[in-house]
Amino acid sequence: MPSLIDLRRRIRAVKSTQQITKAMKMIAASRLKRAQDRVIAARPYAQRMMQVLHGLAARVDPDAHPLLRPGAESGRPLAIVVTADRGLCGSFNSNVIKAAGQFIISEGRSGEVTLGLIGRKGRDFFRRRGFDVRVEQTGIFQRLSYVHALEIANAAIDEFVSGRASRVYLIYNEFKSVMTQRLATEQLLPIPRIPPNGAGAVGAPGIDGDATAGAEYLYEPNAEAIFSELLPRYVQAQVYRALLESNAAFFAAQMTAMDAATRNSSEMIDSLTLYMNKVRQAAITREIIEVVSGASAT
Amino acid sequence: MAIPTKLALEIVTPDRALVRADVDELQVPGSEGYLGILPGHTPLLSSLTVGELWYRVGQERHYLAIAGGFVEVLPDRVTVLAQIAERAQDIDVARAEAARKRAEERLARPSGELDFERARIAMMKSLIRLQVASRARTRV
Repeated sequence: MPSLIDLRRRIRAVKSTQQITKAMKMIAASRLKRAQDRVIAARPYAQRMMQVLHGLAARVDPDAHPLLRPGAESGRPLAIVVTADRGLCGSFNSNVIKAAGQFIISEGRSGEVTLGLIGRKGRDFFRRRGFDVRVEQTGIFQRLSYVHALEIANAAIDEFVSGRASRVYLIYNEFKSVMTQRLATEQLLPIPRIPPNGAGAVGAPGIDGDATAGAEYLYEPNAEAIFSELLPRYVQAQVYRALLESNAAFFAAQMTAMDAATRNSSEMIDSLTLYMNKVRQAAITREIIEVVSGASAT
Repeated sequence: MAIPTKLALEIVTPDRALVRADVDELQVPGSEGYLGILPGHTPLLSSLTVGELWYRVGQERHYLAIAGGFVEVLPDRVTVLAQIAERAQDIDVARAEAARKRAEERLARPSGELDFERARIAMMKSLIRLQVASRARTRV
């Protein structure tokens, strides 16, 4: 039976852990709010871009641009895996890594998969196992900006256009709600066939495809030039969105995990306190018995 | 169809939706030159360059510094997809001034083709920012 002092020490240790997890939960919650606002703020741009792209796709020969053509046969698939820089967030990182592992196995037949790793956790995992890493970015989530997305997207475009990569995929955690993250595996390049005008359900409320469908545009300087400028921007916007989603999902996961940890430690404190009281009671009872039996003996 | 009297203007950047307003007139820095747009404009899609954008609501003009992107014009609606956009009152004049000085120095002693081009663009951006910022201050 553990002594009273040992039990008290344990309770104190659990309590201080609980304080840490509680503080981490608070921090995650406040950062989540900010990250969530950024995801929402970034949505109009992506939606507008989709609309313009849809409008253009109907008028320009889609095979004209290298980002729309199927990749070189000799290339290997490139998977860009977005993890977090830090842990203590439940299964957030391991889920992405697991999905990436499955992707590597399923794609492995046609040649080894190359990787682009965003976030320290994923980088450490795959680096240690000797994978072919083409793109690497760590520590970007503290000061996430469009420039990071630009760099990653341009590196991916470069891999693809040069023929080293046959296809490019994004694997990341999508922010659904505070409680749920969804694992997303999306094809980034070649850009998936854009459905003709109005078919995409991305239109902002109040603006449907009809208004743009009938219109015949003037292009300045010309449709091809705009198209080839728009496509890389589109890829960048996709990467940027994935980074923001992953960032928000990370804080949501961390908040949930820390909340659970705080709750578990309260439970633990309760049961330890109960046990401690029992031990104390037993000690008192024993002492009384000793006193009583000592008194009756004389 | 009657000619619309207002334009629903929307200016968005990758980070946020900056402006959403019904305007009477606007001017954007198109890649082929500045474009003035009034309600009832024919549908147009143009790429944008570094420059100054303004829009007018009633008698009031609002200025923005823009760098890169696209504009989609419809008879009753204009969407600006800008890489960078800053409202005149949000521009950090000290920073823009410092950027102008840096670019000036680099232009004075160019080292290599790429560097020169970069410095030129940086110069243009800082000049536009300063110009737009000065408009915000002089406006009553």
